[in-house]
Amino acid sequence: MDEKIKTPLIRLSKRSQSSLSPAAAWLIRLGSILLALLLGCLVVAITGNNPIKAYGTMISGSLGSKVYFQQTVKKAIPLLGCALAIAPCFKMRFWNIGAEGQITAGALAATFVARTLGAKLPSLPLLLIMAAAAILGGGLWGLIPGFFKAKWNTNETLFTLMMNYIIIGVVAWLQAGPWEARQGRIAQFDAAAQLPRVAGIHCGWIIVLLLVLFIHVYMRHTKQGYEIAVIGDSIRTAQYAGMNVGRIMMRTMFLSGAISGLVGFIIVAGANHTLAHDVAGGVGFTSITVAWLSQLNAFAMIAISMMLGVLTKGADTLQTVMNIPAAISDIIIGLLLFCMLGCEFFINYQIIFRHKAGKGGAEK
Amino acid sequence: MEKNCYAIELRGITKRFGPVVANDGVDLGLRRGQILALLGENGSGKTTLMNMLAGIYLPDEGEILAEGHPISIRSPKDSFAHGIGMIHQHYKLVDVFTAAENIVLGLEDEKKLDLKKANARVREICQRYGFEIDPEKKVYDMSVSEKQTVEIVKVLYRGAEILILDEPTAVLTPQETERLFAVLRNMRDDNKAIVIITHKLGEVMAISDEVAVLRKGKYIGTVTTAETNPQALTDMMVGRAVTLNIDRPLNENQVDRLEVKNLSCYDHEHVKKLDRISFTAKGGEILGIAGIAGSGQKELLEAIAGLYPVAEGSVSYYPPAGGKEELVGKTPMQIRRCGVSLAFVPEDRLGMGLVGSMGMTGNMLLRSWRKGKSPFVRRKDPEQLAKQIFRDLEVVTPSIEFPVRKLSGGNVQKVLVGREIASSPNVLMSAYAVRGLDINTSYTIYNLMTEQKMKGTAVIFVGEDLDVLLELCDRILVLCAGQVSGIVDARSATKEEIGLLMTSVGGKEEA
Repeated sequence: MDEKIKTPLIRLSKRSQSSLSPAAAWLIRLGSILLALLLGCLVVAITGNNPIKAYGTMISGSLGSKVYFQQTVKKAIPLLGCALAIAPCFKMRFWNIGAEGQITAGALAATFVARTLGAKLPSLPLLLIMAAAAILGGGLWGLIPGFFKAKWNTNETLFTLMMNYIIIGVVAWLQAGPWEARQGRIAQFDAAAQLPRVAGIHCGWIIVLLLVLFIHVYMRHTKQGYEIAVIGDSIRTAQYAGMNVGRIMMRTMFLSGAISGLVGFIIVAGANHTLAHDVAGGVGFTSITVAWLSQLNAFAMIAISMMLGVLTKGADTLQTVMNIPAAISDIIIGLLLFCMLGCEFFINYQIIFRHKAGKGGAEK
Repeated sequence: MEKNCYAIELRGITKRFGPVVANDGVDLGLRRGQILALLGENGSGKTTLMNMLAGIYLPDEGEILAEGHPISIRSPKDSFAHGIGMIHQHYKLVDVFTAAENIVLGLEDEKKLDLKKANARVREICQRYGFEIDPEKKVYDMSVSEKQTVEIVKVLYRGAEILILDEPTAVLTPQETERLFAVLRNMRDDNKAIVIITHKLGEVMAISDEVAVLRKGKYIGTVTTAETNPQALTDMMVGRAVTLNIDRPLNENQVDRLEVKNLSCYDHEHVKKLDRISFTAKGGEILGIAGIAGSGQKELLEAIAGLYPVAEGSVSYYPPAGGKEELVGKTPMQIRRCGVSLAFVPEDRLGMGLVGSMGMTGNMLLRSWRKGKSPFVRRKDPEQLAKQIFRDLEVVTPSIEFPVRKLSGGNVQKVLVGREIASSPNVLMSAYAVRGLDINTSYTIYNLMTEQKMKGTAVIFVGEDLDVLLELCDRILVLCAGQVSGIVDARSATKEEIGLLMTSVGGKEEA
C-alpha cells in the first residue's frame, strides 16, 4: 500500500459569519497595532537605542505638555480634513490620489486672494473670500480628472496623480519667479490674512470638526450620499436606478477637491502664513492611510489622524531628544498601515494547519 | 457487480466554505464504460464536488481512491496525472489561437511544438468519437458548441480516462445537445468514465446509465436510470413530492401594451446586437423570449428600459389610460415612471438592479430615492416596503438591514423581483428571474409572474429553460443572432420547433 496522501501544510478558509464575534475582531485589530509597535521597537533597537524609552519620549513629546499637544493637533488638522475630503471619492471607488495637488491648488487660490486683497479688506471678509477661492481652486483641480473620467473613462488614479505634479510645479515657478519675495520664498501673509487662534491653536481645528459632522451627515443621510454609495457598489445598478453617473462623479470630485482646497487654505492661513511648493507636504497621501484605516467612518478619522499626529510629533521630539532620525515615524506609520490592513485578512479568513486526521484517514 | 473496483471513488467527502457546508460526507463511485449523471438543484454542491476531483478545491475531510488506491489531488496537474479531465461551464480558450493550438497549449512533454502532428492527432480523436471540428479553425470564429468540443478534445488529447462535464448543455440548442450526447455515448463505449453535472431531468433520462443525487450538499443515493422516472428523481432532489406543473390560466382581456418596431442596436464596437426587432407585448399575457445565450436578449430588454442605445426603430407604449408614448429617447427614469419595469438578474445576480453592500431597505430606496425635494433621503417608506417583501416572499435574512450580498441567491432574487412587482408596473420585464434558484423558489417566482399577468400586466420573461418557457408563457418570441426568428404560440409549439428557430435565421450559426 503506498500511502502518499499529502495535504498542504497550511490552508486558508473563509471564516463563517458567526465564528468571529465583533469583540474578537476588534481584539485582532488591537493586536495588529501592538504588533506594529513591537516591530517598531525592533527598528528603534537597530538604531542602538532603548525602544521603551523611545516610545516614552514619543508619547511625552507629543501629548506631555500643552505646547506639545497643540503642535500634535496642528499636525492632525490637515490629515483629518483631507481624509474627509477623499472619503466620498473612495466610497464611490473613484481612486482620487490627487488630494496633494488639490490642497496645493486651494492654497494657491487663497494666497492669490491674500496677496491681491490683503491690504484692502478687514480680516473676516478677507478670510472668507480666501476660503471661497480655495474651495473653488481645489474643486476645479479635482473636477478636471472627474470630467475626463466621466466623459472618456480615463484612469482616475494616474490622472489625479499627474495633476499633483502640475500644480506643484506651478507653485514652484511662482515661488521662484513672479511672487518671489526673497531667496526663493513668497512673502508672509498680512496679519489680516491669518486665521485667528482659538485655545492656542489656529481655528482650523473647528473647521475640520465641523467638516466631520458635515461628511457624516452627507454620506449617511443625503440623496447625494446615497448616489455615491450606489455607484461605489455598482455603476450598472446606478444607471438602472436612473442616476446620471458621469454628473455624480464630477460633482463628487468637485466636492472632494473643494474640501482639500479648504484644507490648503487652513494650512497657508493657519499654520504656514505663506505659500510654498511643498505646502501639502505629503498630507494628501498620508490622509489616504487615515481614510482607509478608519474605513471611511468620519468619526474614526478623528482618532486615526490624532494617532498619526502623535507619531509624527513624537518622532520630531525623538529626533531632538534622543537623536533618532524622525524618519522613524514614517517607518512606524508604514508598519501600522501594513499590520492594520493585513489584519483584515485574518478577520475574514482563518488558517488551517495540517492536522493528524490525514494519517487516520489513510489507515482505512 | 462482478468487479467492485471504481475508476474513481469518493468516500465521506466534506467541504466547507465558512459556514456553508457545500459537501457533507459524500460517497460516490465512477465506473468505466458508464455515464453517471450527477443531479441536484443549484447550490446542492455538484460542481464543488467535481472541482475536488479536478484539483481546484481540496476536501476538508474524506478520501479519494483511484482504482482502489487512495490518492490526493492537490492541483489540476495531479488531476490530469490520474486521467481526470473536467470541462467547466465557462470555457478557457485563447480566442486568437486555433483549435489545435489551444489543445496543445501548456503541454510540456514535447520539446518542439509540432502543430502538424497535433492537428493529425486532433483529427484522429475527432474521428474516433465523432466530433466535428476543424483543428485549424480559430476560436473566435467558433460557435459555443464548437468551443465546447475543443474543450472536450483538449482533455481527451491529454489522455483523460475520466471526463467530467459541468452543465454542458446549458448553452446548447436541443439539436447540438443531441450531437453531444451521441459523442458521449461513443466515449462510454470506448470504456471511459463520464460524469455529467446537470439539473435537467430530461437529459438525465436521455443520456445517463446511473444517477447520483445530491441535495443541499448531502449525498442522497444512486439509482439506475432505467429503473427510475423524472418524478421519482425530483422527489429525491427536492426531498418531498413536488408537482411539476405550472398553472397557466388564460387572461381574456388582452390589450396591446408595448409595440416594438424595427428596433436595431449596436454595441460599442459597432457590432449589430439587435437587428430590426418587431413585436407586440400584450397586457394580460406572458411573452417568453427564448434564444441561445447572447442572442440579444439582454440588449433587447435594456433597450426598452432606456439602458442601451437604440440606433433605429421605435418602442411605443400604450398606457392603460389611453394614448401612446414613444419610449426611445427617454431616460431610464422617465421610462420607469411610465410603468415599464425591468427586473434583470445578471449572471452574478447583483450586478444590476441591486446594491450588494446595502440591506433590503437601501435596495428598496433604489426605486424611491429621488422622491421629494429635500436633500435628505427618506427611509420610512422603503423600510415599510422591505418589511412587506420580507414577510410576503419569506425572504430569509437576519434583518432587513443585512447586506443583500450575503444572502443566498434565491433570497437576493426575491428582493429584486419583489421590489419590481411592488411598483405595480404595467410592463414587467424579467430576465433569468429563476437563475440559480431551487425548484420551490422558482415556482414562487413563476406564480408571481402569472399573478401579474392576471392583473393585466404585460410580462416579458426571458428564460433559459425551454420546458419552463413552454409551460409558463402564452407566446414565445425566439431570438437568433439579434433577429426575431419567430413568434410561436406556447400552448401548441414544441421544443424541437423552438430549437430550430434558435439557430435558423439565415443559417448564420455555421458561417
